[in-house]
Amino acid sequence: MTARLRAEGITLGYDGRTIVDDLHLDVPDAAITAIVGPNACGKSTLVRGLGRLLKPSAGRVMLDGRDLNQIAPREVARTIAVLPQQPVAPDGVTVADLVSRGRHPHQGWFRSRSSDDDRIVADALAATATLGLADRRVEELSGGQRQRVWIAMVLAQRSDIVLLDEPTTFLDATHQLELLDLLTDLNRDRGATIVMVLHDLNLAARYADHLVVMSAGRIVTSGSPTKVLTASTISDAFDLDSVVTVDPVAGTPLIVPIGRHHRSAPGA
Amino acid sequence: MTTPVIGDGPGTTDAASIVAEGRHRRRRRAVTVTAVLAALIVVAVVVSLSLGATGLGLGDALAALVGRGDRLSDFVVFRLRLPRATTAVLAGAAFGLAGSLFQSTLRNPLASPDILGVTAGASFAAVFATLILRVDGPGIAVAAFAGALIVAALMWALAWRGGLVGYRFVLIGVALAALVQAALGYLITRADVRDASRALVWTVGGIGDTSWPAIGVVGVAILGLLIVVAGVSRRMPVLQLDDDSARSLGVDAGRARAGVIVLGVALVAAGTALAGPVAFVALVSAPIARSLVRGGASALAASALVGSLVVLVADLVGQYALPGGISVPVGIVTGLIGAPYLLWLIATGNRKGSDG
Repeated sequence: MTARLRAEGITLGYDGRTIVDDLHLDVPDAAITAIVGPNACGKSTLVRGLGRLLKPSAGRVMLDGRDLNQIAPREVARTIAVLPQQPVAPDGVTVADLVSRGRHPHQGWFRSRSSDDDRIVADALAATATLGLADRRVEELSGGQRQRVWIAMVLAQRSDIVLLDEPTTFLDATHQLELLDLLTDLNRDRGATIVMVLHDLNLAARYADHLVVMSAGRIVTSGSPTKVLTASTISDAFDLDSVVTVDPVAGTPLIVPIGRHHRSAPGA
Repeated sequence: MTTPVIGDGPGTTDAASIVAEGRHRRRRRAVTVTAVLAALIVVAVVVSLSLGATGLGLGDALAALVGRGDRLSDFVVFRLRLPRATTAVLAGAAFGLAGSLFQSTLRNPLASPDILGVTAGASFAAVFATLILRVDGPGIAVAAFAGALIVAALMWALAWRGGLVGYRFVLIGVALAALVQAALGYLITRADVRDASRALVWTVGGIGDTSWPAIGVVGVAILGLLIVVAGVSRRMPVLQLDDDSARSLGVDAGRARAGVIVLGVALVAAGTALAGPVAFVALVSAPIARSLVRGGASALAASALVGSLVVLVADLVGQYALPGGISVPVGIVTGLIGAPYLLWLIATGNRKGSDG
């Protein structure tokens, strides 16, 4: 397994408050990595550190053997795209206009918009089924449509590595699956490296090649979902009792959580 | 999302032409709006040259402009009316552009330099320089820049929390504006009566008594700033996004926003040095320009032109269109237009729950 993007003992936090402490992580190339963990365990913070949105106070993030924070921001942006948890579009902007802003890292003083950019933007719109919305205003769209538009902007950036912070939040079940299928296409067809924070353990188990389980700012365990997702891991990380069985559709681990009520089935 | 196609699938040429067509349409609209605004400014300038106590017809004014006027019309046009119109165009453009830079960069329609106390800082410093330091000419412009910059820096320091939160910036700015206004009032009441009336222009904004040398100095500064703004305008579409999205697209959001704000501060200072704090021009110009251009662009050029047009027309109204034949400084007229707009903005602004 090779890893262009690596975290080497990074410590991340805000205003002197440490969220992620001395963390090591190799992000496998051309694979889908899902980061899971309980609320406030540092998942989003880790993604922000990996994407150069937040500078580590100790350790370093390496991209292709270079310290990420020593590389020019625009150069990083041509290799890594980040979709934040709650991106904000300017008032009145149209879908095509917003998506074409994803081309910014590729445009310079002497290289402004070209027909290449139009083609790439059109590709991104087509891939996310938002071509028909091209001239609509972003604020008029539904939550699912809007999230697809933001994904389209990330696609238009044409980066090898894509980091997404809870891309399925605010989406219903159908749109969650559509989005994860789309990211899988991106990974399989283009060999993109994808890292995403997910809340739904079962979707993470199904769609990830590599699973990173976090708790309290550290990585509890990582590896293929089948190996990693055991009842004891889930108990350690989430403080949650569960039964792990097999997803009848994908064959991946299926986590059935156990609460205080409704435990009538035999074996529970 | 039926059959996602990633990569160069069939039909992407058609799709690309849809994208290109949309882009051309946006561009055409921006160019048309800009051209129409520029034409309206020319019309307003010519009208302003032909109005006034000395009965000069449109023909006389035009003749003087092209160097064929008699001595009277030359004097009236070049000494009295053209400086006034030029001041209106320059100061209006400076305020309009500064407002657009502030509002786009801070992603808040309320975050304009006149609401945030930056303009007040410039006018306070200008009054201070006039009354206490007894400087004149370019010195006033320098003082105005320093005053505006100090207010902006204070605001930045107080509002910064590892990033800029739009509404926080506005609240701190409003408080600072009140503080600076109070200090300005104190300065004026303390001053000698004649001095105070001379300094009054810095409190309301007026364009009646500017001279060519002053216009020349500030005009060159404004033109220089316009060139720098044209240079950074490429980044504005990205700075209109949130900090994380901007960084993800390779723009260091914090530093880039600070740079744009400094440019806006310089423009406010230049405009204030020339015409005083003409109320609300910075606040209203960009929203008008953006609604004309449409499509969520920051519409920098159109904002500058709308600013010019607003000041020109407001000055004409203040001079000639008020009942009873009285004439008032331009800042009072723009205040009358701007205040209701501000009320409307506050009344409708947070309905969506967004701060941009």
